[in-house]
Amino acid sequence: MEGRRSLVVVAAGLRQPSSTRLLADRLAAATERHLLDAGLAADVETLELRDHAHDLVNHLLTGFPSPRLQAAIDAVAGADGLIAVTPVFSASYSGVFKVFVDVLERDGLAGKPVLLGATGGTARHSLVLEHAMRPLFAYFGAASVPTAVYAASEDWGPAGVASDSGLVARIDRAARELATAMAGRPAASDRAARNAFDDPVPFETLLAEVDPRTERD
Amino acid sequence: MQFGVFSVGDVTTDPTTGRTPTEAERVQSMVAIALKAEEVGLDVFATGEHHNPPFVPSSPTTMLGFIAARTERLILSTATTLITTNDPVKIAEDYAMLQHLAGGRVDLMLGRGNTGPVYPWFGQDIRNGIALAVENYALLHRLWREDVVDWQGRFRTPLTGFTSTPRPLEGIPPFVWHGSIRSPEIAEQAAYYGDGFFHNNIFWPAEHVRRMVGLYRRRFEHYGHGPADHAIVGLGGQVFMRPNSQDAIREFRPYFDHAPVYGGGPSLEDYMDQTPLTVGSPQQVIDRTLGFREVVGDYQRQLFLVDHAGLPQRTVLEQLDMLGELVVPVLRREFERMRAPDAPSDPPIHPRVVADEATARDGDRATTPAGVA
Repeated sequence: MEGRRSLVVVAAGLRQPSSTRLLADRLAAATERHLLDAGLAADVETLELRDHAHDLVNHLLTGFPSPRLQAAIDAVAGADGLIAVTPVFSASYSGVFKVFVDVLERDGLAGKPVLLGATGGTARHSLVLEHAMRPLFAYFGAASVPTAVYAASEDWGPAGVASDSGLVARIDRAARELATAMAGRPAASDRAARNAFDDPVPFETLLAEVDPRTERD
Repeated sequence: MQFGVFSVGDVTTDPTTGRTPTEAERVQSMVAIALKAEEVGLDVFATGEHHNPPFVPSSPTTMLGFIAARTERLILSTATTLITTNDPVKIAEDYAMLQHLAGGRVDLMLGRGNTGPVYPWFGQDIRNGIALAVENYALLHRLWREDVVDWQGRFRTPLTGFTSTPRPLEGIPPFVWHGSIRSPEIAEQAAYYGDGFFHNNIFWPAEHVRRMVGLYRRRFEHYGHGPADHAIVGLGGQVFMRPNSQDAIREFRPYFDHAPVYGGGPSLEDYMDQTPLTVGSPQQVIDRTLGFREVVGDYQRQLFLVDHAGLPQRTVLEQLDMLGELVVPVLRREFERMRAPDAPSDPPIHPRVVADEATARDGDRATTPAGVA
């Protein structure tokens, strides 16, 4: 094995069991398989946002996260790859999903390979992935893979087994794209992330930035 | 070590009675709290500065000047003075004047202010918050140390041949703290100048407080002001006490549940678990506060927030009685007992204050009747 990659899966489904979690798990398993093909072991961590729903609202009200929510936020920031799956509510991502995105660190998603997924009762909402999810992650500078995966009720056969609607093939294609992107960059643990506390901007630099004699672009 | 209280000066409806104090009552209650702080043996009263309702303290040096005239030894401070939207020239003048009137019993804590709309009211933009703090303090620092200043910057009209008056008392500027919850640039600024660093310590996790203070201490040493553990650190904290901890929780819960900062959010129990808020017996407050030392090391000033969320003035004054009688004497003794031998006990105090205290002590001796001593 040449190395390891961390994969965080965010599932915003509210029911248990949820088809959102089901899709998230299948995307994660497929990604893990493709990473393995590339000689990489995956450390998968799945976050069910339902478990953090109260903490998310509390964070909005108090301005700081509970330790458990902080751990979830840190997990996303530190992941080598992210799978984000939301149910479609009122023609967009769900409110809980957006609140979680709202409390993420601004630069924690920059350049991060992300696989976007959504679920809904009908295939008519599938473009939510392109008109809501993709722009949201573009705002963070995330590297969303080209294939996003939407699963409608009709895509699931009886007992949660995927039908022949093409969902299995889309999952596989999207997962391969994510695994390739993750394999193509160093593991987060090896990336030299600048830490503002360990390596602060020297005060002379801050002073120079307000000096009118300093040339600015 | 110095102990005191800091007030936000909020006008908040008492959720248990539905009564809202008038601005007049709130201004007077802040003064009453400051006078009580001196009476019960605390060292510091610090007022917030706000320019929007529901807060009353828009004019800190007016209030502190009034308190100075009615107190003998209380140190008058701020929490915080807005270094972003105030003119640094006016800060230099106002606080030097206050320093003269209060016989040196003045320091101040600089902060940026986090309310976006306030900035444009003063011709500024919150997105320049850090740059404003850097430029304005660089000017303020010079105005107190150089008699004649020529200056040009990004945010303020230039100065040519300007002298800020009155000059600082006996030529020694007020001690300055820089307060910030999570901006490493401000810890860096405090370290660069060898000033104090204050963390309001109201929101945790403790790890955030630890890394901000840790950065400040490390950089204080880097800039040549002395060893990291000689840097000057202050912390906030919020407490509510009754002799029996269950009584404290029962009485404080409605205030917590409706407080503007956390109302409708986590439970009181979760909040106490996750932040330094301590609601309980005086002994619980003592234990929790002594624990702050494990987060930030030996520190020099502890301020408590006691007068918020609509608590009636009578209740707040009872809190001050308990702080003065039961809590602070123990904290003084225990913090000094644990303090590393060469770590400073106090922040820098103006020599005028030290001299006046010596005179007062000598005066006491001089008036002792012959034959009694």
